[in-house]
Amino acid sequence: MTLMLDAIQQLGRATLDFFERLGRGHLFLMQVLVSVPATLLRPRLVLRQMHSVGVLTLLIIVVSGLFVGMVMGLQGYNTLVDFGAEDSLGVLVALSLVRELGPVVTALLFAGRAGSALSAEIGLMKATEQLSGMEMMAVDPVRRVIAPRFLSAFLSMPLLAAIFSAIGVYGGWFIGVSLLGVDDGAFWSQMQDKVDLHGDVYNGVIKSVVFGFVVGWIALFEGYDAVPTAEGVSRATTQTVVHSALAVLGLDFVLTALMFGD
Amino acid sequence: MNSRTLEIGVGLFVAAGLAALFMLAMQVSNLASLGGDADSYTVTAGFENIGGLKVRSPVTVSGVRVGRVSAIDYDTTAYEAVVTLSIDSTYNAFPNDTSASIFTAGLLGEQYIALDPGGAMENLGEGSRIRLTQSALVMEQIIGQFLYSMAAKNEEKTSEE
Repeated sequence: MTLMLDAIQQLGRATLDFFERLGRGHLFLMQVLVSVPATLLRPRLVLRQMHSVGVLTLLIIVVSGLFVGMVMGLQGYNTLVDFGAEDSLGVLVALSLVRELGPVVTALLFAGRAGSALSAEIGLMKATEQLSGMEMMAVDPVRRVIAPRFLSAFLSMPLLAAIFSAIGVYGGWFIGVSLLGVDDGAFWSQMQDKVDLHGDVYNGVIKSVVFGFVVGWIALFEGYDAVPTAEGVSRATTQTVVHSALAVLGLDFVLTALMFGD
Repeated sequence: MNSRTLEIGVGLFVAAGLAALFMLAMQVSNLASLGGDADSYTVTAGFENIGGLKVRSPVTVSGVRVGRVSAIDYDTTAYEAVVTLSIDSTYNAFPNDTSASIFTAGLLGEQYIALDPGGAMENLGEGSRIRLTQSALVMEQIIGQFLYSMAAKNEEKTSEE
């Protein structure tokens, strides 16, 4: 009997903890959003973060984009050539990259490379009581530390996703046109024919903006809300990657259904 | 890291991001070809059935693309589909008895409008209407007709016997 009651109690506690954390997460987001305008007055802080969040992520994005594009070129060619439709390779590569792979893969890599780093940094700041130290000196840590990082994640994601897609298209072009002999003119002209600026490119950019927002939010909140111990920081870093990946994939489905559903 | 290299790094990153966006807009999508809409003229054509024709489908003459379908409406008084074609103004010398047909590219490809110039002295201009049109072939109708004619033949045969 007591065993069963214990189990029920644990379930109840887990549920309450979940909602409490969800609430804290949203309060945290509100605090960050309120601090963003003040951060814009100090662009130097954002610039420094753009460097660590954006510029240092660039390499992995460029390399992954190139290889994803090249794999798409190979796989697409092998499938399309059976139907005599290898001229449509450009459409296949560009549409999959611009609509889906660009924003989603970039967001996953971004969560792994930049998100985990943000969580660990903020978590360690909390563990070593740097955040409380700032508060003691009447410096708002959300405004000074969190908001610039959030803003830089939000700004970097669309740029990184665009770079990923553009490099990927050239990767597919390299494999398809230079190595497999797809006609250069057909590759580009079919692509330009079928890829719509509003329907495809803009919606891809909107996706990447949303993902940047979500990944930035999750990473910073996990760090800010971490248990201030070595174990807590490592948990926060892991959870950032896991939760970001789940959120990105789930949101991607919802956004795709809204944008391309009809 | 000193502030100058840091700023240069961020500057390059932002420039590369914007360049990639620009490349996606100009090279990958149809922005460049949309710009041509300014110097084009529109003509309309009525079709009994447009099949799977869509807005932005190509308009061709002898296989050369000269424009796009810019709008598709339904005329409730004439009971036919009215397709508006936007034709590049470089191709402005089509006789006004030019005919328009809806064809399919390949067996399963997309549908497009093919123009076939006639022999009249006057040319099509802005807002003209193409009178001679041929509807899209709808696969179900063709199969239906085929089956019907087969059935009719069979009947003839059995009655002869």
